[in-house]
Amino acid sequence: MGKIKIAVKTPRIDMTPMVDLFFLLLVFFILTATFRPEEAAPIKTPTSTSQTPIPDDHLGTILVSNKDKVFFNVDNGRDSTDHIRAKLLLAMGAEYKIKFTPKEIKKFEGLASFGLPITKVQAFLNAPDAKTREAMQEGIPIDSLNNQLAMWVRLARTYYSDVQFAIKGDGGANYPVVKKVIAVLQANNVNKFNLTTDLKSIELPTDFK
Amino acid sequence: MAEIVQEEGHKGKGKKKAKKHGTHIDMTPMVDLACLLLTFFMLTTAFNKPKVMAIILPEKPKENEKPPELDKSRALNILLVDHDKILWYNGLADPNKILPTLSQTDFTKEGVRKLLLQRNKELYGKISKLNKDVVEGKIKIPRDTLEARIKRMQKDDRFGPIVLIKAADSVKYRNLVDIMDEMVIANVARYTLVDINQVEKMMVKNYFRTAPSVTAH
Repeated sequence: MGKIKIAVKTPRIDMTPMVDLFFLLLVFFILTATFRPEEAAPIKTPTSTSQTPIPDDHLGTILVSNKDKVFFNVDNGRDSTDHIRAKLLLAMGAEYKIKFTPKEIKKFEGLASFGLPITKVQAFLNAPDAKTREAMQEGIPIDSLNNQLAMWVRLARTYYSDVQFAIKGDGGANYPVVKKVIAVLQANNVNKFNLTTDLKSIELPTDFK
Repeated sequence: MAEIVQEEGHKGKGKKKAKKHGTHIDMTPMVDLACLLLTFFMLTTAFNKPKVMAIILPEKPKENEKPPELDKSRALNILLVDHDKILWYNGLADPNKILPTLSQTDFTKEGVRKLLLQRNKELYGKISKLNKDVVEGKIKIPRDTLEARIKRMQKDDRFGPIVLIKAADSVKYRNLVDIMDEMVIANVARYTLVDINQVEKMMVKNYFRTAPSVTAH
């Protein structure tokens, strides 16, 4: 009697649809991903009921950490060939008599927020790694005698005419520092600016319609 | 076309057919990689962008200009003090007259929000009715027009409070954002940030001295 032999085969699964789906999702996530460069300090923003999303570009951000340090950040312009940050650093260098090398300027363009006196920026840009850089961020001077933040804001307004300003403060930052920052903005005729916040919902009092 | 020509050329001869067998590519490594990348991007994607709250402060009066007069009867002073407390009074504090009494409230919905909503009842009612009509489709206007209309309503407001926000130096930035947010929620048309003055500092001090039970924390 002939024995029927059942061939033992590993079942083949057609993976094509799965792979298709994977790639579709992958492409979606790659395209929607926005990479945020390292921030100078962790900042936990307070909450508000505002629903307006933060503008994508033309944004100058003044960050206030919970240790009351002030940082500044500005984007490179919608068209990165504008090299706004490079222009800004050069202008700032001219103002404080510091000459930056092309390499340093290039490095500066690639970084995000920074918070240190202009005299130390050179050493900051030549620092070997991110950790050293982070340790150097002592905050931008904002005293009335040496108000470098005001200079940054003024130059940003000069070289980046359609820049909008946003204050991104930590909820625990002390009010007097924020007051000084607002005063700097107002002194530069910036009366309209944004406060960066997280979203929360509106609740009305119980007996109110 | 090329195919037809080729066929004609080989006419009559036995065409040798190459045995076709579907080339099977082992897709497993590719799938592994795709899966890994997919997981990475999914986990790193932040969907909710941070929001912003627009602040428009009145322009600083020029040197030779007088600051605009304030309608005393509409003035509502909100003093932000330590430990998330709010003190408020109406009108102006004139050191040569009897000082207004302070009342205490807090950042909850039954606190300052209720106070502001009650004070700004008329404007708040008008704006929320308009918003409701638009949402329900009774009025069909584009978003820009709606915003412009709300702005005009706020500009024409004659009864709502003029809120002067005065924060003590000891408060946190969070309190400032919260109170600004309350203004937006209650649709207060006129509000501004002012420095706390000496008279008010004294009033706050006196308030906490005479009401020790409240200061206990």
